[in-house]
Amino acid sequence: MAVLKTVLYLLVYPGILFLFVYATFCEWFDRKVYARLQNRMGPTHTGPWGILQPVADFFKLMSKEDVVPEKADKILFTLLPIFGLAIVATAGLLLPIWHSNEAVVRMISFPGDIIVLLYLLSLPTLIFFLAGWSSTNFFSTIGGTRVLTMLFGYEVPLFMAVLSPAILANSWRLSEIALFYQKKPLLILPNLLGFVIALISVQAKLERTPFDIPHAETEIVGGTFTEYSGKKLAFFRLMIDIELVVSSGLVATVFLAGFPGGLWLGLLNFIIKTLFVIFFLSLIRALTSRIRVDQVVSFAWKYLAPLAILQLLVVILIKGLLL
Amino acid sequence: MKFTIPIGPQHPALKEPISLRMTVEGEVIRDADIRLGYNHRGLEKLAEERTWIQNIYLMERICGICSHSHTTCYVQGVEKLMEIEPPKRGLYIRTLVAELERIHSHLLWLGVAGHEAGFDSFFMYTWRDREVVMDILEMISGNRVHYAMNTIGGVRRDLDDLQVKKILDGLEVLKKRTEYYFKIGANEPTFVARLAGVGYLSKERAMDLCAVGPTARASGVTRDVRKDDPYAAYDETPFDVCTADTCDVLGRTVVRIKELFESYKISEFLLKSLPAGGIAVKAPKRAKPNEVLSRYEAPRGENTHYIKSNGTDKPERLKVRAPTLANYPATVEMLRNGFIADIPLIFAAIDPCICCAERAVELVNARTGEEKALRFSELRKLADERFKNPSLKRNAVWPF
Repeated sequence: MAVLKTVLYLLVYPGILFLFVYATFCEWFDRKVYARLQNRMGPTHTGPWGILQPVADFFKLMSKEDVVPEKADKILFTLLPIFGLAIVATAGLLLPIWHSNEAVVRMISFPGDIIVLLYLLSLPTLIFFLAGWSSTNFFSTIGGTRVLTMLFGYEVPLFMAVLSPAILANSWRLSEIALFYQKKPLLILPNLLGFVIALISVQAKLERTPFDIPHAETEIVGGTFTEYSGKKLAFFRLMIDIELVVSSGLVATVFLAGFPGGLWLGLLNFIIKTLFVIFFLSLIRALTSRIRVDQVVSFAWKYLAPLAILQLLVVILIKGLLL
Repeated sequence: MKFTIPIGPQHPALKEPISLRMTVEGEVIRDADIRLGYNHRGLEKLAEERTWIQNIYLMERICGICSHSHTTCYVQGVEKLMEIEPPKRGLYIRTLVAELERIHSHLLWLGVAGHEAGFDSFFMYTWRDREVVMDILEMISGNRVHYAMNTIGGVRRDLDDLQVKKILDGLEVLKKRTEYYFKIGANEPTFVARLAGVGYLSKERAMDLCAVGPTARASGVTRDVRKDDPYAAYDETPFDVCTADTCDVLGRTVVRIKELFESYKISEFLLKSLPAGGIAVKAPKRAKPNEVLSRYEAPRGENTHYIKSNGTDKPERLKVRAPTLANYPATVEMLRNGFIADIPLIFAAIDPCICCAERAVELVNARTGEEKALRFSELRKLADERFKNPSLKRNAVWPF
C-alpha cells in the first residue's frame, strides 16, 4: 500500500500529472491576464475560454519535426530538456502540499529542504546556458551568456529574500516555516519587502519581461532556444511552466503561510495562493519593457541586494526584540 | 572575441529584408555593415513605360505607410511640369490627408518602438488607437492604406460637413490618447532606460551624414521641408518644427510624439478654414520637355522625386529617393559602439521602410564573394546558360 501511495504521489498528486495539468493551467491564466491587460482576448478557441490552449500547444509541438544542428553536441543537446524537466518536477515534489504518507513526508520534508528547493530552482538556469552553448548558434551562444550574466544579478537577492522569513521562523524546513506563519499571521507583514524582492527575482529567474533578455525575440531571435524544435522545445516550454508553478509555490509557502487544510482545502489554498503570485508576475510582465542585461545586473546590485539586506536586518531586529 | 552576427535578411526585428552584419565583441557592436538589394522591384524602370496618370497609382505602391507622400511628391512635380495650379480646396484636402497619414505613421512607429523594446502592451495600445485615424482615412478616401486621393491637378474626393465633424471628433480622441502615450514614453522607467542615451548621433554628424526627418530633428537640426520649402497648403498653416537635443532614441520618440500634436493642430486648422470651390483642375495629357525635383516631408523625412519629361505622355526618367535611404549612413554611425540589445531599437528609430529605398541590386557571387554590375543582356545570357546546364537536383523528395 505504501508503495502504491508513493507511486501515486510521484505520478499523480503532486507528481508529474498534477504538475502538468496545473502548469498548463497557469500558463493559460498568465496568458489570459497578460492579454486582458493589453486589451486583447487571449486564448479563446480550444476548450472553454481557451483553457486547453497550452495543452494543445504542447501536443502540437510534440508532433513537430525535431531538428538537431549538425555541429551541436548531440547527446547534450538531446538530454538537456529531459534533465531540465526532471529537475523542476523534482523541485515540485518538495513543496509542502498535502502528504498522505508518513514515509514520503520523511523523505521529502527535512530541515534544509528550502535550500534544496532553491538549489533545484537554480539548476534550470545552468540547463538554459548549456542548451544555448551546445547549440553552437551565434544567437544561442549570446542567449546562453546572457542567462549566466543575469544569474549573477538576481540569484543573491532571491536567496536573501526567501531566507529571511525562514530566519524569522527559525527553521530551514518549508512545512515548519509555513506552520509558523499560520500560527502568527501578523508576522507575514514585516516580510512584505522581501515578498516584492522575491517577486522581481522570480520574474528574472523565469526570464519574463522585463527580464526576457536571454530569448529577446527582436534582438537575438529565439536566443537560447533558437535551434530547439519539436519535442525538445515542448519539454523546455513545459519545464518553464512547471518552474513558474514551483517558484510561485515557493514564494507562497514562505511569504503567504503555505497551504494548510488537508487534501481538498490545501489544494484550494495552493491554487489560490499560487495564482495570486502568478497574477503579480503577469502584471509585471505587462507593465514593463525589456531592459538590457547590464541594466539587470546593476539594478539587482544597486537596489535589490541592498533592499534584501534591509529585509534581513528588519527580520533580525524583530527576532531579537519581539520574539 | 570578435565575431560577426547576421541580423537579416530574415530576422524577427525586421519586417522587411535587409542585411545588417554586426561585428560584435561580447555585447558591444564594433562595426556595422548594411547590405541592401533584397527587395528591388524595378519601379523606376516601370514608371518610364506608364502614362502620367498611371504612374500616380504606381508611386502609391512604393510604400504602404507613406503612400500619400509618394503620390503627392510625384503629383506636385508633374503639376509643375504641366504648368497647372490645383485649386485651394484641393490643396487643403491634400494637406489634410498628408497630416492624417503622418498621424497614422507615427502611431504605428510608437507601437513598433514599444515592440522592439519588448514593451508589447504599449504596442497593443498604440495600434488599437491607430484604428481611429485609419477609420477617418477610410471615411475620406474609401481605403485604409492606399488612399488614391491625389490626381494631377488636385484631389479625387471632396469632404462634406458631416465628414469634417467626424474627423474633428476623432482627432479629440486621439489627442487624449497621445497625451497618455507621452506620459508613458517619458515616465515608464524601464522604457526610458532602454531609450535614453541609445544610438547617439551628434548634431554635426547628423548634418554631415545628411540625416532627414525625425532622425535629424532629434539631433537638434531644424530641418523640415514643410517649413523650409512649403508646398501644398503649408505656407498658410501655422505650425512649429519639433526638435529635441538629446540626440538619442528617446529624442526621436519625443520628436514623433510632439509631431503628432502638431499634426492634430494642423488638421484642425485645415478643417476649420477649408476654402470653398473646386477640388481639381483638368490636366493636359502631355508635359513639355523639362525636368523638376519635387520635395516632400514624409513622416519619415524628406522624400524627393526627380522627374524628367520629353514631351510625350510618359516620363523619360523618374528617380525616387525615399527618406530611409538618406538615413542609412547615420544608422551605421548610431549602431557603432552600441549594445546588441539596442540594434532593433536604433534601426527601428529611423522608421525604416526598406523596400521603399531599394533602388539597385548588387550581384554577388556566392562562392567567391566577387561583386559586379551586369547589363540586362549579360544577365539573360547567364540565365540561359544556367537553364541549359542545370545543377544537380537536391535529393529532397516531394512527399506525394
